[in-house]
Amino acid sequence: MTVIYQKTKGLQDTPLHYCPGCGHGIVHKLIGEVLEELGLLDTTVGICPVGCAVFAGSYFSCDCIEAAHGRAPAVATGVKRTHPDQCVFTYQGDGDLASIGTAEIVHAAMRGEKITTIFINNAIYGMTGGQMAPTTLVGQRATTAPLGRDPAQAGWPIRMAEMLSTLEGLVYAERVCVVDIPRLNKAKKAIKRAFELQMAGKGFTFVEVLSPCPTNWGMEPLEANQWLMEHMAAYYPLGVVKDTGGVTG
Amino acid sequence: MQKREIWKGSEAIAEAAIRAGCRCFFGYPITPQNEIPEYMSRMLPQAGGVFVQAESELAAINMVYGAAASGVRAMTSSSSPGISLKQEGISYLVGAQLPAVIVNVMRGGPGLGSIQPSQGDYYQATRGGGNGDYRTVTLAPATLQEAVDLMQDAFDIADTYRNPVMVLADGLIGQMMEPIVWQDRPGRSLPPKTWAAEGRRGRTHNNFVTSLYIGAEECEEHNLELNRKYAAMEANECRWEELMTEDAQLILVAFGTPARVAETAMRNLRQEGWNVGLLRPITLWPFPTARIRELAGKSHVKAFLDVEMNLGQMLDDVNLAVNGQRPVHFYGRCGGAVPHVSEVEQAAQKVLEEVQ
Ligand SMILES: Cc1ncc(C[n+]2csc(CCOP(=O)(O)OP(=O)(O)O)c2C)c(N)n1
Ligand code: SF4
Repeated sequence: MTVIYQKTKGLQDTPLHYCPGCGHGIVHKLIGEVLEELGLLDTTVGICPVGCAVFAGSYFSCDCIEAAHGRAPAVATGVKRTHPDQCVFTYQGDGDLASIGTAEIVHAAMRGEKITTIFINNAIYGMTGGQMAPTTLVGQRATTAPLGRDPAQAGWPIRMAEMLSTLEGLVYAERVCVVDIPRLNKAKKAIKRAFELQMAGKGFTFVEVLSPCPTNWGMEPLEANQWLMEHMAAYYPLGVVKDTGGVTG
Repeated sequence: MQKREIWKGSEAIAEAAIRAGCRCFFGYPITPQNEIPEYMSRMLPQAGGVFVQAESELAAINMVYGAAASGVRAMTSSSSPGISLKQEGISYLVGAQLPAVIVNVMRGGPGLGSIQPSQGDYYQATRGGGNGDYRTVTLAPATLQEAVDLMQDAFDIADTYRNPVMVLADGLIGQMMEPIVWQDRPGRSLPPKTWAAEGRRGRTHNNFVTSLYIGAEECEEHNLELNRKYAAMEANECRWEELMTEDAQLILVAFGTPARVAETAMRNLRQEGWNVGLLRPITLWPFPTARIRELAGKSHVKAFLDVEMNLGQMLDDVNLAVNGQRPVHFYGRCGGAVPHVSEVEQAAQKVLEEVQ
């Protein structure tokens, strides 16, 4: 009998706690597969966020560190600078990365830290129950924006991949999503390239994943995927934002 | 005779850290301790270490957290406003049971305050400072020699208990120059860091460093485990110095620079025939409570005078230790002002006259 499909060794056997239709679990799987395929599971340290992925360190099959809210890029800096031979990645939500941890992510990218950041943009604060995120779309409802995000009051959503791509230290940024198999495969390719460039010592690499949060969007999983493609992908264009081929500066 | 060298406080602290095996430093500039990151940026790479100037104190302490979590001797330094920003990280270091050394060269506060020496962060250092129910061993040097000697101990204590250690120096310690002798301090024998998240490298299980204990009972159990460590620190790490307390009517209590001022005042008063002694806590937490309580019970001891560069913070601990057995007086200067010997003498003399 030939094995056609099996669970990646990059994930532990712990059952994931994510809601049905959530993007987190799918991205975990992609990261696990990439680390396994690149043979990095024994030489990787993952830095986990505060957010729905706070337990990610119990899921990935590699050493992990749980950071304070938003500080994962600083923690990753401490690990990578002292262990340059290790593969180091951060996994962060939009509240974590684009709000409380904005300084840390900008400066890690500015320094060209040789780490990979996987950014889960679900346009909402999942864990705390659906408050507005910096990435919440204009008009999108949140528990702290009950009438929908009003730019006059809350400004406009932030495009992190584009913003970080202005920094010379960032060598690769791509925005992907995981709503269907072709796009999922694309997302995996992007994650792989990010890790490969890191291991080649090129610089800071960044993959933004548009990710559904059916629970806090108040939608069925399929509806959430449709909404993501219609609204999120319209504001946050999918595709490569920057790829210097590994050349910094 | 061993060679005496003149060093500036902040640079001596940095050099002592390197000699103690510190292999990475993360910091953000703030007066009066800029010579520490500057020295580290120059010397640490030569010692095979890593220096990063962080974007903020918040980032710096979280870089320390990452390095410590991956098993490396890590350190940061700052001064009062910057230490406030580090409180988040210090709380996380305790929660995740990570060793690290934090140096606070205190300046006047609150807020931006002044850049002159102060001891206004005593509460912050000894009461935890960040969120949660925790303690950090707090070492308070009074001379540069003691500051450099304590650096080795600071790293060793941190590693022994897997808990951050704070070195609490006032701006004078950071800024003055004094002769020191570089002594070989034997390091402690320390447990291996089998818990470090440094990549599995063939290990069959994953190491996960976290301060998250999501269930109430497991978080309580975690706190009780931490509490057992605090108890061990209290039992094993408490240090103080005593001068002429055997026959003292009045005992001065002071740490850091004011302890030196108090010592001179004590010697002057002794020459005038007053029986004055000095107790100088070296660890502010754990505090030498038992010893002070014992002294308060002695018949020759009539009163205490606590001297600080703040409005009376260690005073609380002295009062708790004395426990009403004897009067406890206070003399302090704050905001960056340093008490003068004559001021302390006057304050002491007033108390001595009262208790005759
Ligand atoms: C200092 C601090 N502030 C606030 C919180 C509360 N908090 C936990 S998760 C979170 C936001 C999570 O949103 P996001 O990063 O978008 O991740 P998601 O849950 O959507 O995956 C917040 C505000 C915290 N844990 N720490
Ligand atoms: S709340 Fe949203 S982000 Fe969090 S697990 Fe559920 S679906 Fe995923």
